[in-house]
Amino acid sequence: MHSHFRPGPLPLSMQLTPEGRLKHLLTTEGLPASLIHEIMDRAEQFVTLPAKQQKKAPLLRGKTVMNLFFENSTRTRVTFETAAQRLGADVANLDIRTSSASKGESLLDTVRNLEAMNADIFVVRHEHAGTAQFIARYSAPHVSVLNAGDGRHAHPTQALLDMFTIRQRKGEFAPLRVAIVGDVMHSRVARSQIHALSTLGTGEIRVIAPRTLIPTGLERMGVRVFHELNTGLKDVDVVIMLRLQRERMEGALLPSESEFFKLYGLKPENLERTRPDAIVMHPGPINRGVEIDTEVADGPRSVILTQVTNGIAVRMAVMAMVMGANAGGGA
Amino acid sequence: MSVVIRNARVLDPASGRDEVTSVVIGEGRIRSVGTPEAPAPDAHIIDASGLWLFPGLIDLAAWLREPGLDHKATLASETRAAAASGITTLCHQPEPEVSIDNSAQVNLIHDIADSLGKANVRVVGNMTRRLRGRQLTNMGSLRRAGCVGVTNGWQPFADLYYMRKAMEYAATHELTVFVYPLEHALAAEGFVHEGEVASRLGLPAIPAAAETVAVAQTLALLELTGARVHFCRLSAAGSVRLIRQARQDGLLVTADVAAHQLFLTEKDLVDFNPLCHVMPPLRSEADRQALLEGLQDRTIDAICSDHQPHEIDAKMAPLQQTEPGISALETLLPLSMRLVQDGVLDALGLLDKLTWQPAHIIRSEAGRIAVEAPADLVLYDPDVLWELSCQGMLSKGKNTPFARWPFQGQVRQTFLSGLCVHPDADRDRE
Repeated sequence: MHSHFRPGPLPLSMQLTPEGRLKHLLTTEGLPASLIHEIMDRAEQFVTLPAKQQKKAPLLRGKTVMNLFFENSTRTRVTFETAAQRLGADVANLDIRTSSASKGESLLDTVRNLEAMNADIFVVRHEHAGTAQFIARYSAPHVSVLNAGDGRHAHPTQALLDMFTIRQRKGEFAPLRVAIVGDVMHSRVARSQIHALSTLGTGEIRVIAPRTLIPTGLERMGVRVFHELNTGLKDVDVVIMLRLQRERMEGALLPSESEFFKLYGLKPENLERTRPDAIVMHPGPINRGVEIDTEVADGPRSVILTQVTNGIAVRMAVMAMVMGANAGGGA
Repeated sequence: MSVVIRNARVLDPASGRDEVTSVVIGEGRIRSVGTPEAPAPDAHIIDASGLWLFPGLIDLAAWLREPGLDHKATLASETRAAAASGITTLCHQPEPEVSIDNSAQVNLIHDIADSLGKANVRVVGNMTRRLRGRQLTNMGSLRRAGCVGVTNGWQPFADLYYMRKAMEYAATHELTVFVYPLEHALAAEGFVHEGEVASRLGLPAIPAAAETVAVAQTLALLELTGARVHFCRLSAAGSVRLIRQARQDGLLVTADVAAHQLFLTEKDLVDFNPLCHVMPPLRSEADRQALLEGLQDRTIDAICSDHQPHEIDAKMAPLQQTEPGISALETLLPLSMRLVQDGVLDALGLLDKLTWQPAHIIRSEAGRIAVEAPADLVLYDPDVLWELSCQGMLSKGKNTPFARWPFQGQVRQTFLSGLCVHPDADRDRE
């Protein structure tokens, strides 16, 4: 009897231990609000601690973090790497595209081999949705899996650092209106943000894009869909811009970058529609003049670079939590 | 030697018979139905009190994998599983690696199946060479070798011109065209239903319209070419609606649905379960309801297994990298009987879709309980409660999402041309 010939456990049950602690981080869907707040609280401690002191808090000493990147991403990989190093872990970066996968080794065999090298945390990025779940389901019990992006499904650490940034600037989520603008269809970041925002009780979640970039039935995820930028931006507290991939023009999803920028790019005049203290976010890397105007990206409302800083703190928090380290008092 | 089956509830959808009576079989055929004269002195008498007797199931689609994909399954393993599941006729489907381009392949399959003697294997041949959608196969020879129809499977035609010509040539040889309706341009890279779950999980999706568009195109080509068309594996409400309308307009079309499509929906994929990765994809609850209505008003003629056995590795990967399909011979009858238990169809109405209607579609003389018909019969105990387990499956493919589902009713004995093919005294005793 092979265990996989049974419907697998739901992501919610799989990422938590029976006691409700964080075991894996695969998706923000179903992640309890209390855990999201715990992650943010721990991140807060890491942020406020000077970098030098952080290095003296080696909560992951003796642990091995393996970055399994089946898809290129320098930025995300570096933030995970930095977070792990600041916690004293050993880090191995594996660019699987150029190694075993091309030799025909199955994903499961790759994972088993790395487990045999005493990995404690797998940070996984893959072009197909559900890969982090798959690895979590079949890896050894002592291993924790952190999803660093799987297809269009989820990018939970990105969403959590965004939540952390919003909480820093705005405090409570209940009174907020948040608008997510751009290519929601292909965005794992947007999906993870929507789940996290909705779990945290955000007042209103809006999505703004042409119909070609809105997945079928998105309303069922608890969002209001707008097709016109200025209408959707009215009175919002947070604007989250998404990155637009250039290949979207080829699939007839959009006519041109210039029309997209004209209709959906965030420009100074669009910000007049928002609340005066609204913040502008972007998961990066940004395409200036495509989804966002330089003046806005570098302007006073932009918190884009804060997001990057927070990204390391949030990833440190998550790693500390899945390894069961008592980060709170020790740090 | 003749066999007398007494006191069974005889269910024969072809004649509408539903009564407790006797059936006598001899020399491979049914000799009498109803109270017999005194049985021959050497007759083997079976007292079937409390059991049902109905024609052996005719499964319109089983991907039997041999020859070509024998690592997934073989005719030996799968016909044995069929016999144990009350299926006496299987329609072997071609696929790119199991190409049925000419009569030699048909003869080979017939020879292997005949020597195994566990189930009738009827062959659906290729419509185009290697299913590439351009050059025609030798359909005349395929017909003479005994093919019950031709298909291009899930592979696309180069364009509608090639589909039209292939349909015309098939019509020339009175071959039924088995159409798997899918507009590939709309399906693109998709592999799950375009709906709430795909949007939530970010999975590349196939809209229901990819199927209904193909159904509409095929109906237009059917009128143009005069081909006899059978639609395979409906999954979308819109397709059922189009076919219902076509029937009302007097077009000669038939259609089937896979049993799993009547019990699972897109929601079963929420945990990325590769066992629920099927083609066509599991669709919405509204689609599922439309399929059930299509069965009730006879828009959908037949229920098939769409049996697709796989080796373990084919399902041991992230969802998108897994191969579609369910090992389904052993759940065809149990799932279908649930429709009776759930009040969707009555017993005769359900069995009609598993025996007489598919017999009609492949022009088989089996599928009914009548004097001189082949003695392909199933004795069935309607009361047994049991649970499906992967270990207990006879198919080489254990890829089923129905493990641990409870079922009521089980095959007690299967006869093929009057011979008992299940239980097998030598091998199946467990």
